[in-house]
Amino acid sequence: MDVTNTQDPNYFHRVVDCQWACPAHTDVPEYIRLIAQGKFTDAYLVNRESNVFPGILGRVCDRPCEPACRRGRVEDKPVAICRLKRVAADHRDEVLDLLPKIPAKKNGKRIACIGAGPSSLTVASDLAPLGYEVTIFEKWGQAGGLMRTNIPSFRLPAQVLDEEIGYITERGGVDLKLNTPVNSLKALLASNEFDAVFIGSGAPKGKDLKLPGRDQSDRIHIGINWLESVAFEHIKSIGDRVLIIGVGNTAMDCCRSSLRLGAKSVKVMARKPRQFFKASAWELDDAEEESVQIMVNHAPKAFVTSNGKLTGMLFEQMEYEMQGDRIVSERVVGEVIIECDDVILAIGQENAFPWIEADLGIEFDRWQVPVTDKVTFQSTRKEVFFGGDAAFGPKNIIWAVEHGHQAAISIHNYCSEKSVSDRPPAMLNLSSRKMGIHEWSYKNDFNPAERRLMPHVSLKERFKNINIEVELGFNAEQMAAEVQRCLNCDVQTVFEPKLCIECDACIDICPVDCLTITPNADEPQLRTQLKAPPQNPNQSLYVSAPLKQTGRVMVKDENLCVHCGLCAERCPTFAWDMQKSKINIAHAGA
Amino acid sequence: MSFIAKPKIANLNLPRNELGLTRRDYDGAMSTLCAGCGHDSITAAIIEAVWSLSISPEQLVKLSGIGCSSKSTAYFVSGAHGFNSVHGRMPSIASGASAANRQLHYLGVSGDGDTLSIGFGQLAHAIRRNVNMAYICENNGVYGLTKGQFSAAADIGSKNKKGESNQQPPIDPCLTALTLGATFVARSFSGDKQQLVPLIKAAMKHPGFALIDVLSPCVTFNDHEGSTKSYAYVREHFEEVVHADYVPPRASISVEYAEGKSMPVTMHDGTQILLRKLNNDYDPANRGHALEYLRNRQAEGEYVTGLLFMDTESRDFHTVNQTTQTPLNQLPYSVLNPGQAQLDKMLNRYR
Repeated sequence: MDVTNTQDPNYFHRVVDCQWACPAHTDVPEYIRLIAQGKFTDAYLVNRESNVFPGILGRVCDRPCEPACRRGRVEDKPVAICRLKRVAADHRDEVLDLLPKIPAKKNGKRIACIGAGPSSLTVASDLAPLGYEVTIFEKWGQAGGLMRTNIPSFRLPAQVLDEEIGYITERGGVDLKLNTPVNSLKALLASNEFDAVFIGSGAPKGKDLKLPGRDQSDRIHIGINWLESVAFEHIKSIGDRVLIIGVGNTAMDCCRSSLRLGAKSVKVMARKPRQFFKASAWELDDAEEESVQIMVNHAPKAFVTSNGKLTGMLFEQMEYEMQGDRIVSERVVGEVIIECDDVILAIGQENAFPWIEADLGIEFDRWQVPVTDKVTFQSTRKEVFFGGDAAFGPKNIIWAVEHGHQAAISIHNYCSEKSVSDRPPAMLNLSSRKMGIHEWSYKNDFNPAERRLMPHVSLKERFKNINIEVELGFNAEQMAAEVQRCLNCDVQTVFEPKLCIECDACIDICPVDCLTITPNADEPQLRTQLKAPPQNPNQSLYVSAPLKQTGRVMVKDENLCVHCGLCAERCPTFAWDMQKSKINIAHAGA
Repeated sequence: MSFIAKPKIANLNLPRNELGLTRRDYDGAMSTLCAGCGHDSITAAIIEAVWSLSISPEQLVKLSGIGCSSKSTAYFVSGAHGFNSVHGRMPSIASGASAANRQLHYLGVSGDGDTLSIGFGQLAHAIRRNVNMAYICENNGVYGLTKGQFSAAADIGSKNKKGESNQQPPIDPCLTALTLGATFVARSFSGDKQQLVPLIKAAMKHPGFALIDVLSPCVTFNDHEGSTKSYAYVREHFEEVVHADYVPPRASISVEYAEGKSMPVTMHDGTQILLRKLNNDYDPANRGHALEYLRNRQAEGEYVTGLLFMDTESRDFHTVNQTTQTPLNQLPYSVLNPGQAQLDKMLNRYR
């Protein structure tokens, strides 16, 4: 194999699995270390730089970082990254003075953002400090988009939303126009008030289920609309027996909201077996803890009504033949009517742009999704940009934030008359953590602590009010233990081949056998020569230049390393060093 | 050394031996030797060998004397029996232990000082008795624990850290062992586990005294320019003549070797050691030849390594003395102590 190019910022970035997996590339190990030092405000700001809404995401992020976490490879459970983010948010001091300053003198450029959801807010957050005047148009009376309307307040309290949105909309440079739906993009563009338009209007249209009986009752609700009505307190009660159709995260929010509005029995109906559920595992756990019954292998067939009153729903009972994780055939083995008073449909949502006129030069593909560049987020009309769910269909908040960052870069380029495809590069900074012969400025001793569990409000208390937040946040002991589970993946093992005397000390001391000195070969062959057989071909091999005594190479399997630094402690010539990598992800104005 | 212990990480999919144990089950205490010490590599090779032979920790006896090398028995197989003896007296302890219980595996770890100076006489007699043990001499040419004076293994002309060169001729443990009649003599290098691990396995399976002289650079006092036992020097003056492959029982030797190039040796338990000649002219079954070859190469400053000599007809201490198979602590008291009548009968013979 070729010598690994560690100058490429992406190489060491990939080693930091959580940061690499996070769409917004949050510097997770750095903020966890800051929490460990009690610097909650600093940890909050490190978060905010990339993910803008640490308090919100610390509660409801989809957490792509956690399945990627290296800790999950050395034991069962990853570091509770998301929960630690909330720790930083909960315990921060006042940060208003520490946020990027909004200049009094504007740069003369005006930007319209449509929808006040996470992507639009991120655009505003990135551009306002650069002197832009950003106007956000929001159809509802409160900002937040789906964070406000679709995530119930027992998971995300309104006060947390208000604070973090306020950091963007109430410090100048941003004009938030509530109750102001944009009914015609044509009119907005024709007004010539704006230099660029960002559309972050989400995927606001819940999918319907056209089955017999659908039109014969008003007790059949569309999930996201129903959640919206609950959020704005238009709906305050529901029948005793509720069926939820679908098992995504919206379904989990619907079933748990139903319980808080007075439902006695809530069943979530799934067409397929459990491994096909779209909901996150922890959301399923939380729903089941509240005695929500999840019924698998039930395919909806008809709504059952009598005299205009919904009495139940007819399901086909399914049987699947599996091959591994794949369904190879299915058959219907019976039918059953399940009685209910309300049905909530949570089977997906899609984009809807009735307010974008066809003759504006904005192209849509055959699924009615706007044609948007995946890097620049520019539409086919140069001054119009899409982001969040509006761009590529429903994803999640952290993706919307990243779309906002990227669109802000494009808008800044566009307004500065630079090419939108001229993206500022990521930069890599490495600095040694060595303080003395056996002293490192990070905590390198492996801590075998297990993942801490999030404490919840008791089942007796939590249903009294829909606004009671169920998760209490980590206490001091839990936080102190959890931060030590982080393996500091950003403290990289950096090897200097010229210094190596091939004494094998590092190989002998490595607790996970991730190092090998071996003759070089092409990658498939080299992987067979490693001391511990590699288990993950998607993880890189770090290959050194030829060593001076034997011409062999040092190979490190990045999959296994726990960044304990013992190789560097044992190295007599300091050929190994532990260096902190800081990957500077560029944002607008960088 | 390092100041934090090698962490135990539970959920790794580590390979297991026939007993279901991983290499980590053969770990010892944290090493206090200098970072980069060859001895730590030998420790790792011992762990690898004992683990892959599936010797359960309590079936192993590790013995040592005094010195950096002798400290290292603490750094592997914590579950084994151990005895850290008076300086140079490890072979006596090993002989006694082996006499009392022939069913355990005996592994002695010593250094060039412990073996070739204070314990030289002990070594000779352990070889003469052909005690069934593997004896590893961790040879770095200096007294590391007392700040780097030349040892009896230092070569003429080899320089110490301050630049003075040694003028006294060395004692070569392999030549010594050959002349004393050792039945298994090998030399290896701490920086070459490919060679060292199978040699340790073969030595542990050899019925009788098996000496492995392992060149083990002292990073602190003897790894500089002018040293003849530095990592760089050993790598440049290293000739492997016979590679020993250890073949576990029931595994067939799948590779065909050319006539005269390989020599399979079958052990009592059905395992085999396959001696693979890397130098066609070298004969590991001929003591006289081995002696001559080693002397000639030594004169040129070369290290001859590999399995240098093996007597396939070796008869160890127990065979020669027709001792009981049962460990003494498992014999009933009536057998161990035949009683007054037998004693009287015996004494009568001298009247």
